[in-house]
Amino acid sequence: MSATPLLSIKNIEVIYEQVILAVKNISLEVAANSVVSLLGANGSGKSTTLKAISGLVHAQRGEIADGQIEYLGEVVNHSAPHRLVKQGLVQVLEGRHCFQHLSVEENLLTGGYIHRPSKAKLNAQLDNIYGYFPRLKKIRKSLAGYTSGGEQQMVAIGRALMSDPKLVLLDEPSMGLAPQIVEEIFEIIKNLRDNHGVSFLVAEQNAAVALRYTDYAYVLENGTISDEGTAQKINQSGELLASYLGR
Amino acid sequence: MSFFFEVLVGGLLAGVMYSLVAIGFVLIYKASGVFNFAQGSMVLFSALTFVSLLERSYPFWLAFVLTLLIMLVLAWVIERWVLRKLVNRSPITLFMATLGLSYIIEGLAQSLWGAQVHGLDLGINDEPFEVLGLLLSQFDLFASAVAGSLVIILSLFFNKTRTGIALRAVADDPLAALAVGINLQRLWLIVWGVAGFVGLVAGLLWGARLGVQFSLSLVVLKALPVLIIGGFTSITGCIVGGLIIGASEKLAEIFIGPYLGGGIENWFPYVLAMLFLLVRPAGLFGERQIERV
Ligand SMILES: Nc1ncnc2c1ncn2[C@@H]1O[C@H](COP(=O)(O)OP(=O)(O)OP(=O)(O)O)[C@@H](O)[C@H]1O
Ligand SMILES: [Mg+2]
Repeated sequence: MSATPLLSIKNIEVIYEQVILAVKNISLEVAANSVVSLLGANGSGKSTTLKAISGLVHAQRGEIADGQIEYLGEVVNHSAPHRLVKQGLVQVLEGRHCFQHLSVEENLLTGGYIHRPSKAKLNAQLDNIYGYFPRLKKIRKSLAGYTSGGEQQMVAIGRALMSDPKLVLLDEPSMGLAPQIVEEIFEIIKNLRDNHGVSFLVAEQNAAVALRYTDYAYVLENGTISDEGTAQKINQSGELLASYLGR
Repeated sequence: MSFFFEVLVGGLLAGVMYSLVAIGFVLIYKASGVFNFAQGSMVLFSALTFVSLLERSYPFWLAFVLTLLIMLVLAWVIERWVLRKLVNRSPITLFMATLGLSYIIEGLAQSLWGAQVHGLDLGINDEPFEVLGLLLSQFDLFASAVAGSLVIILSLFFNKTRTGIALRAVADDPLAALAVGINLQRLWLIVWGVAGFVGLVAGLLWGARLGVQFSLSLVVLKALPVLIIGGFTSITGCIVGGLIIGASEKLAEIFIGPYLGGGIENWFPYVLAMLFLLVRPAGLFGERQIERV
């Protein structure tokens, strides 16, 4: 990995409602220009880790009780989500969370307001997104709530990309989607990394797909990291399988 | 027959006054999921501030602007010192907080401006005049025109401006709104400010009609059936709900009232609202969850 990582987490511990210990001793890094995945079974703490980074845990009665999160070399344990988005760190929530009663285009627009762009710039940004997801352009006037699961995932990712991020935290992009669409989405991720300098930290249960597109992976088990390494190493070690089977 | 239409149109116009109060509720409910019980006190507070300034011989426009500024400050204080402390609490906690707020605002109004009744003259005379053979109240026509413009302005705001679209996003999914970098606190401030403005407009019209006094805060009770019928999330619903309530209570009073000994205007809206609750709990225009996976 490169010398100064984009994101570096040291030994964090997250507690919900002052008593529920969700993750502990999590350390991980995301280098610039990379796709890193965070693998693990249900309840292993993937979403919690991502929300700790993006600052969203605070909105869910969670707190980072211990450890340190550094983004671009700065400690961001207590940063508000909108400040982080402004600095190029944005999360795509698990379950897509589109604004159901807003049109597809309005959904995308909401993601672009953070830098207070001019109208021309905002439209140029929209065109970029329609370039990545041509399908969205055809349905831009539809209410997001009435589009298909795959389209909603594209809206959610496109909306995050509108803020022109350096690092996207992507929570279970494959959830509930047909294999072909999952593939399509990971191809776009790869393209963004290769050609546009966007890095990703992807939480996935679908390890098989994620590992094919991943530079480096961490395996989460019961709230702590049980294994890490290159995709090849993770594939070979038994840890991943064991974590899903719960030993 | 022309008498029937006169009652009907008169009722419709009066109903718009209820709509005005209901809009204030909808704004805040949409943006933060809070049923703001203090809306009535805000109506009272703004009307009282306005007349008190008039009585201290400020010109009309200056009194309006100053009152608006005071309402914005009030919104800021509420956001900063109440709502921000209560984020992520249950809706019932927030509701209780607004209930408490309503007493504080009323107390504040009283200690600032005293408790006597003030007359408020907006300079529109209330003599009926004739339109298409119907005798209509000039004041009611004026109130409807104001409400109509307000609705048009608000719908432009919600559909065309960045802040408006962001507000609708927050109403839909606050967590996702946070995730895309929308600053919720700033938006709450804006929405309470806008609700304060709507409250001021409602306060002036109601104050001119009833006199500016403490019972003005009870107009919230009239807004409730409007909200139940129109739905808590729709401004169009406020208008339609207000029209339905206004027209039906007047018609009921005139045509059914005599058989029941009169005075049914006071309870008829609630019965109507209850019937609606049974048939259409989300109201006519309430947003129901879009079910689709
Ligand atoms: N808001 C919350 N309040 C209390 N406990 C929570 C909250 N969110 C998550 N938890 C708990 O934290 C632990 C980790 O949950 P998390 O959602 O991070 O797992 P996950 O790996 O994302 O699971 P999944 O694959 O099901 O999405 C779980 O035990 C869960 O019950
Ligand atoms: Mg999860």
